[in-house]
Amino acid sequence: MNVMLKPSSASEVLLPAADIPLESLDVSDPRLLETNTWPEYFKRLRDEDPVHYLPDSPFGAFWSITRFEDIQFVDSNFKLFSSEPVIVIGDRPDDMFLEMFIAMDPPKHDEQRRAVQSVVAPKNLAEMEDLIRQRVISILDGLPVGESFNWVDKVSIELTTQMLATLFDFPVEQRHKLTYWSDMATSSPEMTGGTSTKEEREEAMDQCAKAFIQLWHDKAARREAGEEQGFDLINLLQNNEDTKDMIERPLEFLGNIILLIVGGNDTTRNSISGGVHALNQFPEQYDKLRADTSLIPNMISEIIRWQTPLAHMRRVANEDVELNGKTIKKGDKVVMWYLSGNRDERVIENPDQFQVDRKNARHHLSFGFGVHRCMGNRLAEMQLRILWEEIMQRFDRIEVVDEPQYIRSNFVKGYSELQVVVHPKK
Amino acid sequence: MAKVTFIEHSGEQHCVPAGDGQTLMQVAIDNGVPGIDADCGGGCACGTCHVVVAEGWREKLDPANDSEEAMLSMSPDPQAGSRLSCQVQMNDGLDGLVVELPEFQM
Repeated sequence: MNVMLKPSSASEVLLPAADIPLESLDVSDPRLLETNTWPEYFKRLRDEDPVHYLPDSPFGAFWSITRFEDIQFVDSNFKLFSSEPVIVIGDRPDDMFLEMFIAMDPPKHDEQRRAVQSVVAPKNLAEMEDLIRQRVISILDGLPVGESFNWVDKVSIELTTQMLATLFDFPVEQRHKLTYWSDMATSSPEMTGGTSTKEEREEAMDQCAKAFIQLWHDKAARREAGEEQGFDLINLLQNNEDTKDMIERPLEFLGNIILLIVGGNDTTRNSISGGVHALNQFPEQYDKLRADTSLIPNMISEIIRWQTPLAHMRRVANEDVELNGKTIKKGDKVVMWYLSGNRDERVIENPDQFQVDRKNARHHLSFGFGVHRCMGNRLAEMQLRILWEEIMQRFDRIEVVDEPQYIRSNFVKGYSELQVVVHPKK
Repeated sequence: MAKVTFIEHSGEQHCVPAGDGQTLMQVAIDNGVPGIDADCGGGCACGTCHVVVAEGWREKLDPANDSEEAMLSMSPDPQAGSRLSCQVQMNDGLDGLVVELPEFQM
């Protein structure tokens, strides 16, 4: 197993992409995101070998799909490309045998997804809008003025975690556990090149399981006692014919809970941070936004493209497939690099530019395509829209005052630190 | 040229021309009909061009294929007559077609 941990050991220096022979170019190295050196690596694959095979890596052999249209093809064809048994590049270590519908093919996927998707369905979001706005206001009004602080902790994590606690009817005072469990679930070195240990993960998954089993029983008891139940995830599972006994299938229960925690956590969190960072890198875009805040909804799609908070999804070929001149063999691992497709010059004009008024901004890969397309897309867009509406009411500028720190992973494309100073409107 | 009427959830109607061979999604976009996001650009891969075909017209359209059915089954709000407008091809025989737009796209 030692060889597995090699990319995290930082023992080898990361070379410029141009100095590496194409056949051994390894975009799975989790330091590419951590050091923000990924763009040149992926540009090289897009230009020179868009369907690229790497026979040997710490995550095994894999194909890299790096152009927008090829990614859309793979993502849309669930019959050709299976999502089982796992949707990240590395295989599961023996402590991570959770069952989640993102890593199931139809028809089982459809059943389980249908049972939970209404919790984030657009119809119910309208009712949540006021609550989200109140929380955003309270977070923004509590920010320190005139001193630098970590936007990731004080805003990005705080807002997404409060939202998750609401969706799960999870005790709000314990909400930080949700962030921790989510981080543990996505940071296995074997799966994503992250930095957690087996012991930490086992402990976290165990705590998470206990907490949610407890919550399930509490809610069942409260309902039996005649207490009216709100519109939350556990309640939905308990009221759906296919999932009302899910508690008796603990790996599936915990798997789906973890899936929704991760789905609602890293993604929105890092898009919240990414938007602030992007507007600082492109100050003329910040000016444009200040001049016309009706650009906010369009900017939200652009932030989600530009950030691409999940860098990849992985599939396994169900049969031999010809793609862009290459033959992917049945059983081969296929990695769709969303972060690369979202910078594909063939589909997106000036893709490295952040443009708040970009035309056709909704045409991005960050939510995926096909039957596994993100279920929380509308909630994510709504959270970001409300946040930016309230930011623009209050602050003339959120100024990034130091180089951001990025997470080491080949899956979560995100920030651990973004030091800012907020400048209230005069 | 055939005409199609899109009815927004608010009741507002848009009667617009539809070229032979165009998809219903393209017709809506070309004519500025609101309520169709079409995030994937017409690839039957996102479900954000959902429309509900009016009674009387449903059987006149070619039936949905497997991929369209798969995407429609993910809709939180499926209805009789639900179609993805990127998968419905127009022809002059569909002159007068009426489709409703759902309150929300998924």
